[in-house]
Amino acid sequence: MFKYIVKRILIALPVLLGITMIDYGIMCLAGNPLEMIAGPRVSMEALENKAILLGLDKPFYIQYLVWLGQLLQGNLGTSMKSYLEVSDMIGSHIGPTLLLMGTSLIVGLAIAVPAGIFSAIHQYKKRDYAVVTLSFVGMSIPGFFLALMLIYLFTVRLGWLPSGGMTTLGTDGGFLDVVLHMIMPVTVLAVSIAGSNIRYVRSAMLEILQSDYLRTAKAKGIGRRRVIFKHALRNALIPIITVIGMQIPTLFGGSIIVEKIFSWPGLGLMTMNAILGRDYPVIMGVCLLSAVVVLAANLITDILYALVDPTISYH
Amino acid sequence: MSNQLIVENLVKYYPIKDGIIPHTIAEIKAVDGVSFSIEEGTTLGLVGESGCGKSTIGRQIVALEKPTSGSIFFEGEDLTQMTASRLQEKRTNLQMVFQDPYSSLNPRKKVFHILADPMIHHHICTKEEAPSRVDELLDMVGLNRSAKDRFPHEFSGGQRQRIGIARALALNPRLIVLDEPVSALDVSIQAQILNLLKNLKAKLGLTYLFIGHGLGAVRYISDRIAVMYMGKIVELADADTLFTHPLHPYTKALRDAAPVPDPTLRDRKSSALTGEVGSAMDIPSGCRFKNRCVHACAGCSAVNMELIEAEPGHFVACPYALRFAETPKSAKGGAEHV
Amino acid sequence: MLKLKPVNIPSSPADTYNRQILRRFLKHRLAVVSLIFLGLIVLLAILAPVIAPYDPNRITGGFSQAPSYEHWLGTDQSGRDVLSRLLYGTRISLLVGFMATLISTVIGVILGLLSGYFGGWLDMVIMRITDMVMSFPYILLVLVAAAIFEPGLVNIILILGFVDWPGVARLVRGNVLALRETNFVKSAEVAGMPKGYILFSEILPNTVAPILVYATSVFALSILDEAALSYLGMGVTLPTASLGNMLNGAESITILTSKPWLWIPAGSLIILLALSINFIGDALRDAADPTSTK
Repeated sequence: MFKYIVKRILIALPVLLGITMIDYGIMCLAGNPLEMIAGPRVSMEALENKAILLGLDKPFYIQYLVWLGQLLQGNLGTSMKSYLEVSDMIGSHIGPTLLLMGTSLIVGLAIAVPAGIFSAIHQYKKRDYAVVTLSFVGMSIPGFFLALMLIYLFTVRLGWLPSGGMTTLGTDGGFLDVVLHMIMPVTVLAVSIAGSNIRYVRSAMLEILQSDYLRTAKAKGIGRRRVIFKHALRNALIPIITVIGMQIPTLFGGSIIVEKIFSWPGLGLMTMNAILGRDYPVIMGVCLLSAVVVLAANLITDILYALVDPTISYH
Repeated sequence: MSNQLIVENLVKYYPIKDGIIPHTIAEIKAVDGVSFSIEEGTTLGLVGESGCGKSTIGRQIVALEKPTSGSIFFEGEDLTQMTASRLQEKRTNLQMVFQDPYSSLNPRKKVFHILADPMIHHHICTKEEAPSRVDELLDMVGLNRSAKDRFPHEFSGGQRQRIGIARALALNPRLIVLDEPVSALDVSIQAQILNLLKNLKAKLGLTYLFIGHGLGAVRYISDRIAVMYMGKIVELADADTLFTHPLHPYTKALRDAAPVPDPTLRDRKSSALTGEVGSAMDIPSGCRFKNRCVHACAGCSAVNMELIEAEPGHFVACPYALRFAETPKSAKGGAEHV
Repeated sequence: MLKLKPVNIPSSPADTYNRQILRRFLKHRLAVVSLIFLGLIVLLAILAPVIAPYDPNRITGGFSQAPSYEHWLGTDQSGRDVLSRLLYGTRISLLVGFMATLISTVIGVILGLLSGYFGGWLDMVIMRITDMVMSFPYILLVLVAAAIFEPGLVNIILILGFVDWPGVARLVRGNVLALRETNFVKSAEVAGMPKGYILFSEILPNTVAPILVYATSVFALSILDEAALSYLGMGVTLPTASLGNMLNGAESITILTSKPWLWIPAGSLIILLALSINFIGDALRDAADPTSTK
């Protein structure tokens, strides 16, 4: 087991290195990354000195290594717009995003898992088709359009919910206020999570329901309810772990657009503003961070999977 | 007649890798020093339990796998030393019929293309000649000519195996490796396919390596038979001699394990196998069969399993074999019914 | 899945593999309806120059006029005919979706075939690159690319196409790994057939069905992504109409509440297109693999 974990980490390392190379490569397409790290306020007369100082006269791979060295010390560069350290900006925006993503993940799975199981138990009945068809609808609605419709309904027509921000301006928020602000963005993200995962949960459950050991359990006369909840569900949880792992990149991406529309003061909004303002150091910092998070999430999923599933071989 | 195929000291080890930086921690000795030869126009049967390495030998002869060491001489040329281009040219002479007739035909290809594509590629016939050549092949294996416009899934197992045989014949091979060609078929179909193979051999002067685990089919089609156990040949003799007068205890056990349709013989002394085949990763020293052998003795640990010519043309890998050999007469009754 | 009531289509003994798939596909009513709908929309999009009542980029009426006899779906904020823009926009959105899917599928299939068939270091390198690309959140990568390269029709096709191949590559690689061990591939090797023949004539035809199924989901996703990007002003740029950029103005509350013709037609068309493509894909998956429970 320990060997397996070490091996997975060793495979992830070159991928991580590759991610930094892609990140650096994209920055080179956009401008000079070393200049971005040094800050945009470069005076003309200091340019030459700076170029030598930054190693811009050195070959490409040396420049990459200099940048990588800076990166390892936590220097992600400085924003071209606000002149703030990118790492500080990320630090101050990550809280609301984690709150939004975490809640959406929980709500989304709370819909997808029971719905998928319900669908599998009633396979090929009207109820099954209804759930699956609904999941397709959830998959096919663009997030931004659902957001617009929610705003139209709950803010414009009914006036129940605030359309943007995390707290009401002029107040210090409070728990209930934040919850009200969260309802619509969480709904949009949760619908897309539920939509794409109901069928996954359903097929995982079906596979287990059709397995021989469950048939044996049924044949022994154990009640249907007990078969499903005691034997099947426990085994269905294994593939569901993977689902959670797979959601991280989707959530990260989805939150960019959702945060933009609902003015949610998180990483997504910050990223979107950086993208619209071509603030490359910020964009690259976020890219790198999200790629590392996704990589770590995959790694953890794999390890969890191996821990839960005794049949996985560690070779 | 000359030896068409000579296999010398063939060895195939599969490494088992493990560790953070993968390295070989053990080896599966699938084939461990096997030598035999097949005369042109004859059939050598290769029998043994599953996992004994017989199929691995077949795959190495048709160059699907590279031997760890050893040589395979086909018509005087060593296949293992050939350049890739020479091998591509030469390998049409060595064809194979696979065990499972369902997975051995591409489900997306019509029979015509399955048979014609290789012939056209190797310039055995032109595109224009292909239809008549395909008809000829279908006639040969006893299928209706209309079969060529159909897909494999429209045929039964026996018919598919006929297509598989036609595909092997398409390239005018001189030697065909038959890898358990009938063991996936119904018993009633098995005999038809075996007869077809026998007739084709006589008609086309083919040489066969027939791999099987059912002794009955192997005896029916083979001129000589080699018995394998854990990567080694333990006995090699004429088909009849091997049945009437087996020398190795393992051969006897295999023969006696075959069902006997004659009730009067039911009380014959059984030397059926007990115990399990050992792991190919963890091979016992000395004679590999000693743990299951009814005649095992202290000396067995020192046996190196080299084939000894106990009688003219009859090789056995057990130095004690002659000591407890059955006389030909006592076993004859049982063997005739196998 | 989603077969409401089985339609009885008799099977003949000479049923080919493709006909079997078709027969099973036709059992899915919703998918058949979707296919007809999609076919109709594609036809309308192709015929846009013939049937559109106005030039989509010309001002032909007042600003934001409600639907009328002259303008069935009204006019937009600049006074252009919404119906004409909808027809041309559908054309552009379908084109972007189709081309992006084509590019990513071709890249994915080639890399997957190479990776699966040749294995070894080539497989290692291709799979690690796939891991890397997959580590970046898809939308983020697309947005960043759209920020670096000027937005526009060709660029958005290229961006979507070059970002979405890893899934196909993994799928094809898995299939090739399984097919490589089949006896019909082994027998082609024994017959001395060249590698190109084995890859393209033996292996590829047997992996077409799953690729096609996967491609439909990529197609639906590409249409949704184009819409989101164009909505944000980073995709297809005005004056060229696309379903996404027609929703540009929908953020404003007056449009949302009192000018529904400016957002309902384009919005519902996006949803219906994605939905019908997803239904078709699901029926295809079911038809190509009768044992599938998905």
